[in-house]
Amino acid sequence: MAKLTIDDLKKIKEKVHNEMSLRDGDRRVKVTVHMGTCGIASGAKEVMDTLLAEIDAAKVHDVIVTTSGCMGLCSREPLVTVEVINEPPIKYEYVNPNKIRQIFKRHVLEGEIQTPFVLAKGSEITK
Amino acid sequence: MLTLSDHILDITENSIRAGAKRIEICIDEDSENDLLTVEIQDDGHGMSPDAVQKVVDPFYTTKTVRRVGLGLPLLKDAAERSGGTFRLKSQENCGTTVKATFGLRHLDRQPLGAIINVIVILIISNSDIDFFYKHRHNDRRFEMDTREIRKEIEDVPINHPQIIKYIRGTMEEGLREIEPEA
Repeated sequence: MAKLTIDDLKKIKEKVHNEMSLRDGDRRVKVTVHMGTCGIASGAKEVMDTLLAEIDAAKVHDVIVTTSGCMGLCSREPLVTVEVINEPPIKYEYVNPNKIRQIFKRHVLEGEIQTPFVLAKGSEITK
Repeated sequence: MLTLSDHILDITENSIRAGAKRIEICIDEDSENDLLTVEIQDDGHGMSPDAVQKVVDPFYTTKTVRRVGLGLPLLKDAAERSGGTFRLKSQENCGTTVKATFGLRHLDRQPLGAIINVIVILIISNSDIDFFYKHRHNDRRFEMDTREIRKEIEDVPINHPQIIKYIRGTMEEGLREIEPEA
């Protein structure tokens, strides 16, 4: 593989600029992976890696991914929150790479809440 | 925590919570002295001298959702288990530096793990923070600075999939060249 250079970065920028003008109405779903000490120790990193790979493979641009700290339910980690715009957030517990694949494909893409993995509906209060 | 990357992700989360704008992660492998150093430096709001004394106590935490704070104690333990040391320097309103050393070839030293994934996760989920990654293996070194990338891409967000792909690519290339031992 040829070495990646600053020029490649410039080319990517041009390409992205062109694509961006064709698209709007971003940010349909926000997925939060809880990454406190407890989350990381119980496998949140693998969940995050899987989620990023799935988003990349599905080529969707309206899903944003973020992380947050511990929310005090360490025993149920890894926790993932899926927020579809205009709907209450859904928290999933004991998530692993297989579960996140299913959650991504069925809930994030198709809007079908994966009830067996759900911990709670609604927001928590942190800090 | 099975790998050093897990610790790095965890400790960096502290820096983010401290409102850091730039976080530097330095990994230094020194084969001659059998030493592996991991240093995380931030420009967050820092800690009082009193808090610095308490951070390695697992029952000290600034969070209110639970009564334990295990991030730093676990890192300290991982370092000391491999014959290394743990040091924390912090100044209020200036920032915090966490430095852990490990015996590079010590049997009980945790492997470095998926460091590229950790850096990528950090950049994606904290697109407003600048990350600087430096990895040295004896006389070979690799550096990645999101500030420089940001300069080139102008208004394209740093967490855009194409940019992330580029960052992942440069890191894979760079680390292949320096052939990390850890």
